[in-house]
Amino acid sequence: MNTVVCMKQVPDTETLIKINPDGTGIVAEGVKWVMGPYDEYGVEEALQQKEKFKAGKVTIASLGPDRAIEAIRTGLAMGADAAVHINDAAFYEKADPYATASVLAAAVKDLEYDVIFCGKQAIDDDSGQVPAILGELLGLPVITQVIKLEVADDKIKATVTREVEGGHAIIEVSLPAILSAQKGLNEPRYASLPGIMKAKKKPVDVKIAGDLGVSGESMTVIKEMSLPPARQAGKIIEGEDAEQKAAALAKALHEEAKLI
Amino acid sequence: MPGILIYAEVQKGEIKKGSFEVTSKAKELGGEVSACIIGSGVEALAPELAKYGADKIYVVDGPEFEKYEPEAYVQAFAQVAEEVKPGIIFTSATAQGKDFTPALAARLKVGSISDCVDLSMSGDKAVAKRPMYAGKAYAMVEAAGDPQVFSIRPNSFPVNESAGAGAIEKVTVNLDSSKIKAVVKSVEIAASEEPDQTEAEIIVSGGRGMKGPENFKIIEDLAHTFGPAATTGASRAAVDAGWRDHAYQVGQTGKTVSPNLYIACGISGAIQHLAGMGTSKVIVAINKDSEAPIFSKADFGVVDDLFKVVPPLTEEVKKIKG
Amino acid sequence: MDFELTDEQKMLVETAGNFAKNEFAPVAQELDREEKYPMEIWEKASKLGLVGAWLPEEYGGAGVGFLGNALITEQFARVDLGISLIVAATFGCEAIYWGGTEEQKKKYLPLVAQGSAISAGAFTEPDAGTDVAGARTRAVIDGNDYVINGNKMFITNADVCTFMVTLCVTNPEDEKRYKRYSLIIVGSDRKGVTTTKIHGKMGIRASDTAEVSFEDVRVPRENLVGTSEGQGFYQAMQFFDTTRIMVAAQGAGLAQGALDKSIEYVKERKAFGVPIATFQITQQKLAEMAIRIEATRNLVYKSASYLDNGKVDPTLNAITKYYAGETAVFCANYAVELHGGYGYIDEYDVQRFYRDAKILQIYEGTKEAEVLTIARRLLT
Repeated sequence: MNTVVCMKQVPDTETLIKINPDGTGIVAEGVKWVMGPYDEYGVEEALQQKEKFKAGKVTIASLGPDRAIEAIRTGLAMGADAAVHINDAAFYEKADPYATASVLAAAVKDLEYDVIFCGKQAIDDDSGQVPAILGELLGLPVITQVIKLEVADDKIKATVTREVEGGHAIIEVSLPAILSAQKGLNEPRYASLPGIMKAKKKPVDVKIAGDLGVSGESMTVIKEMSLPPARQAGKIIEGEDAEQKAAALAKALHEEAKLI
Repeated sequence: MPGILIYAEVQKGEIKKGSFEVTSKAKELGGEVSACIIGSGVEALAPELAKYGADKIYVVDGPEFEKYEPEAYVQAFAQVAEEVKPGIIFTSATAQGKDFTPALAARLKVGSISDCVDLSMSGDKAVAKRPMYAGKAYAMVEAAGDPQVFSIRPNSFPVNESAGAGAIEKVTVNLDSSKIKAVVKSVEIAASEEPDQTEAEIIVSGGRGMKGPENFKIIEDLAHTFGPAATTGASRAAVDAGWRDHAYQVGQTGKTVSPNLYIACGISGAIQHLAGMGTSKVIVAINKDSEAPIFSKADFGVVDDLFKVVPPLTEEVKKIKG
Repeated sequence: MDFELTDEQKMLVETAGNFAKNEFAPVAQELDREEKYPMEIWEKASKLGLVGAWLPEEYGGAGVGFLGNALITEQFARVDLGISLIVAATFGCEAIYWGGTEEQKKKYLPLVAQGSAISAGAFTEPDAGTDVAGARTRAVIDGNDYVINGNKMFITNADVCTFMVTLCVTNPEDEKRYKRYSLIIVGSDRKGVTTTKIHGKMGIRASDTAEVSFEDVRVPRENLVGTSEGQGFYQAMQFFDTTRIMVAAQGAGLAQGALDKSIEYVKERKAFGVPIATFQITQQKLAEMAIRIEATRNLVYKSASYLDNGKVDPTLNAITKYYAGETAVFCANYAVELHGGYGYIDEYDVQRFYRDAKILQIYEGTKEAEVLTIARRLLT
């Protein structure tokens, strides 16, 4: 079964976020870059489907600067077969979800795939919109927040479980389709050592603006970024014992915070 | 001030609170407020939207819309949007809203801004504030196109009763079913009456300090005492230990929540957890370790054994609620 | 001279680091308290090729060499030294690799590379540690077998291994003292082999250490490592020259882990209203740790690279091992001090690092032995 996995290289979750002086982005220095954690579920699922069908090609598609190759190689080391790296500042700088989706669509439209996996959101912008927009541009059905996937043997349909508030929905979708991965879909594997050694030999197709025939224009723009107002430490509730403190807390929530 | 069209989401036979929130916000901004409700047997719900400011309510009602399916709903809403020609579209950023809003915007050939926590007008254009990096940063974002499309994070705006004209119009949608490639087979919502963490007003959360799954009963009791708008949550440590299901996890790789009150019991306050609940209006921390980082972010802190604090707290809350 | 790691090596560091963070950290305290060997983690690591990674592909390894193995060891030790000893599940096989017959290599090496077996290296005896040639375990030819009698002490993995590479006296009458020994492969399930786990270790309690007694243990004569008797002492020296570097990598890793945790702590901990990171004494300590770690790491990488390029410099290896042991103990000590009272409690990892570090000045060549090796070469 052939799959494409859309992947974004993002700052590690432990990164201390600092805004750059002109307020339009974060300070890149000292950032540890990793494959987006939700994208990892996509890569893992693609690999599991390939193993289940004992055939097929897993291609990673990523929009990003030079450093993105490291995250791409991680995916190749996990077992993906090939990659498309769209590496052009005209595209990746200040790309909003629409621009990202349009560039990815152009890069993958001629590939063969039964499923395109995405992570449910990239953990830098947390926008979560690329899968749906990609579906519009490619004319494919989109199911987001997938926690379980069963592809029928004929690969014409798939049964998908998606997470909704307080429960889940089970959907039958025609392939090819776009699925966005939610935590719980699978346990991403570590890259094995043999995998790491093989990764460098796998083909990475580098694309620039002229190759794709799209403008990559954004529809939205970030005017300014800021840090959240620092939360000040409040007060420690005093009391002679736990029960007294509990009573004092309840009183504070009632009278001061007016929440009860 | 351009007209605003809002999407009213129906779950379990009721309009979701987030939809009333965006209706109230639309009303507050001024200009004509239209609402679009889609489903099967939902016509009777339409007047409720008038209470919160809807001047016109477009009802798309039919068995083919009984279960949410993005293509069908996008077709329906897009048709209404083409008729209304609003300057601004609001949806609530629920699972459904997040799924459907960007597709709708792309269908209308405009961009969309997701998960907004605040919004203001700059002339005729809206500027939205949204969190990035799991809430470690905020961005002010503008959209160039027309209409501007926004999905709003639940619990960001208050629900205000402010009556609109409430004219109801039934809409017949010419559904192109050849484009519908997905069929919903079943929807299972847990029987629990508790709200989802992303929509709850009060969350009582447990972490590693809970020491085991059976002890979560005491925080469930506290949550129940607060009432139907309260639920429980868990830190990643508790979920990874297998004490709570992942659905309860609050934090960067779990849910991002914004309740009015977040009570953290036995949670140390790792950065990733704080990222998930840092926008709570009031944070309470109960932890016997006075050095726990969470105290530096809590509005009220109790340094004591949570097993000795939570049950009496539950009793006190019961007393206050009468 | 290119001091940069290759792209593959960087990925190796990342994979090993993530593996350790995800797999070791949640159980480190428990395994330390309960002196439990991390069997499941060893299995998982083996499946990923992280154990025996130094072995060439023809023997089932990933072929990353001793430098690659040092990188993995370092990342593992950074999280927990005791659990990191799962990479020593190939212990003893280094001797088979250097001195065994092709048949022996093909028989034993893939077992440890692929996670089918754990091996042990049985050299030390109750009365012979640094004085390797003081070993008295006796192997006598009887027909087609060796019959082995004796005792070994402080043998890593003895209780969990499938076979042990054992130093035995085979030629007691040889006039040259160092030609009296041979290495013989002994299956741990052989009749007469008794292993008794040693409890109460100060540190590395997640690793397995045991006493072994051999009572009329019979093994086939082809279990002799190599083709002739009398090579055992030299094979052991060659073995230690390899493993010494891995121990040094452990030191680099533990020291780095101690520094990581200290930095995290001093940024959060406040005294007199400010983070203690702002105090000069704190900064001095952190800097001194970093200086030593950088030096240690360079020594480890150089020694391992030499080995991978077929060059063995025992003096360099002694310097590397010595310095790494000192660095690890130094950094663990400062780490506890920087944590204050919290560093004294086992809920904080640095407490364990402090107890774990000391062994690095003792096993695989005591610091005293290394010093003498260095001096001897200087004065030759």
